[in-house]
Amino acid sequence: MTRRRPLRHVTFTLGAAITLALIATAVLSLVYTPADPLAMSITGRLQGPSGPHPFGTDHFGRDVLSRVMTGAVTSIAVGVIAVGIGAGAGMLLGLLSGYVGGWTDEILMRLVDAVQGFPAILSALLFTAVFSPGMLVSMVAIGIAFVPAFARLTRGSVLELREREFVVAARALGGRDARLVLRHILPNSLPPLVVQATTSFPVAILAEAALAYLGLGAQPPHPSWGLMLKEAQNFLSLNPWFAVFPGGAIALTVLGLNFLGDGLRDLLDPKTA
Amino acid sequence: MRRYAVRKATALGATLLFVSVLVFLVVRILPGDPAALIMGTEGSPEATARLREALGLNRPLAVQYVEWLAGAVRGDLGRSIQYDLPVGQLILTRLPVTLPLAVLAATFMLVVAVPLGVYAATHHRRPGDYVAMIVSQLGISIPQFWSGLLLILFFSVTLGWVRSGGFDGWSAGVWPALRSLLLPAVALGFFQAAVLVRATRSAVLDVLREDYVRTARAKGLHGGRVVLKHAFRNALIPIVTVAGLQLGQLVAGAIVLESVFALPGLGRLALGAIGARDLPVVQGVALFVAAAIVVINFAVDLAYGLLDPRIRFESS
Repeated sequence: MTRRRPLRHVTFTLGAAITLALIATAVLSLVYTPADPLAMSITGRLQGPSGPHPFGTDHFGRDVLSRVMTGAVTSIAVGVIAVGIGAGAGMLLGLLSGYVGGWTDEILMRLVDAVQGFPAILSALLFTAVFSPGMLVSMVAIGIAFVPAFARLTRGSVLELREREFVVAARALGGRDARLVLRHILPNSLPPLVVQATTSFPVAILAEAALAYLGLGAQPPHPSWGLMLKEAQNFLSLNPWFAVFPGGAIALTVLGLNFLGDGLRDLLDPKTA
Repeated sequence: MRRYAVRKATALGATLLFVSVLVFLVVRILPGDPAALIMGTEGSPEATARLREALGLNRPLAVQYVEWLAGAVRGDLGRSIQYDLPVGQLILTRLPVTLPLAVLAATFMLVVAVPLGVYAATHHRRPGDYVAMIVSQLGISIPQFWSGLLLILFFSVTLGWVRSGGFDGWSAGVWPALRSLLLPAVALGFFQAAVLVRATRSAVLDVLREDYVRTARAKGLHGGRVVLKHAFRNALIPIVTVAGLQLGQLVAGAIVLESVFALPGLGRLALGAIGARDLPVVQGVALFVAAAIVVINFAVDLAYGLLDPRIRFESS
């Protein structure tokens, strides 16, 4: 079998390029933006694209390009942490459920079914009712929404691996449960979880934008793409560009990440090779 | 099938119980004192104490939970602080907005996604397939609320064909009501359809590679008949799985689009309640929506059993 070259894979290459551009933009925005993303200007409000402001200005006269650049940091941070929370909690539940089995499995799986009933927006609504809204709430709410997928995947792998010869052999040699799980079962169940994490990341970015749009996530004046769209909605007829650029940034980011995920799956999956 | 259904129904009961515990715990344990939260900084200690008494917050948590659950089962979700109306009644008045929106979007999703997915699979690696895949890739990447905004920008700001939002209720006529729901339903359904197209395409492609499809073709059956009779039915399980998951997402998406189009549905009820610190309403809506999603997932599980006899046998 010939080894597939990742760079020959158009989807993968395109996805990787867009994702790298996103990360580069986020890193760059930490040290340089064309203008101060928080600096207001009474006279330069709601302008269309121009030389000094390639993406135009918002209702406070702030530079939209600088705010879109800084918004990339918000998206990446919330995405990474939310997927981390979902993967961590989901794997823990899945490992316990699959390895212990019996009633523990039954109860934990019903809990996972119940968590499935709470999309990020619903958890965020509940949390915001008792805490003040912010990025932490959106990270946790989005993370919770990812728990069921990670838990089920992990449980499935554990159930299968538990009966495999090398695990049975390790147990026969006197391996303790913790060692069996950490040393033998967990590493072997990782590949599908990595794919799941890759495909969850763009979903998290979309969810972050939606929560910020609803006022349940990042709060003003913090630049977040979803929040910018919420602000832009009031000025659609005055400056439609204000709604176009942040939305375009979300779409391009998600498109790139989806391409990257699809490409990775293609390259890793022998069935499609 | 009956044993399968009974087993699933028992699981549904347990799951719903967990849903209620989760909703109750978030509102009751995490913040400490809901009475202080409702009163805010303006409340005097005496008034807060009176409210705590009135809400029954002085009793043990377990007792509060059981009473709340017993009420919820009878449809009594408490009383809204903001509107001074039963929460159940508030939900019922908002449901005629959210439910039709979700149903319209689901219809749009199915009508667009399933035929397009089957078409893409039967035209694998031909231009039609690529076009379908590009459209679905775009659909997945565009946030629903942004496509909602773009639809408003185009159809209402630029062309002036429809209102940019708002809802006058069904009493003002079925057609005006449907017109208000059309753009949000398209924005919501487009994203969901994009996901379902891909699932449908890959499920049908998988089945088309099976030996029995080749046999059906070899014995001279017409191509369309092979696809519909042999391939599609067997591809239905993964399609139903994804469509079922999408339905839950659709309910969540409806909450966002209600805000884009200023529709007075469940989502706006809950968002408004947060601003007014109306905890019973937030709790009631969360319980209602989460339970609805769990019940939808249960229905999908039952559908598996109907579609695939192997699933019924394995689980019994």
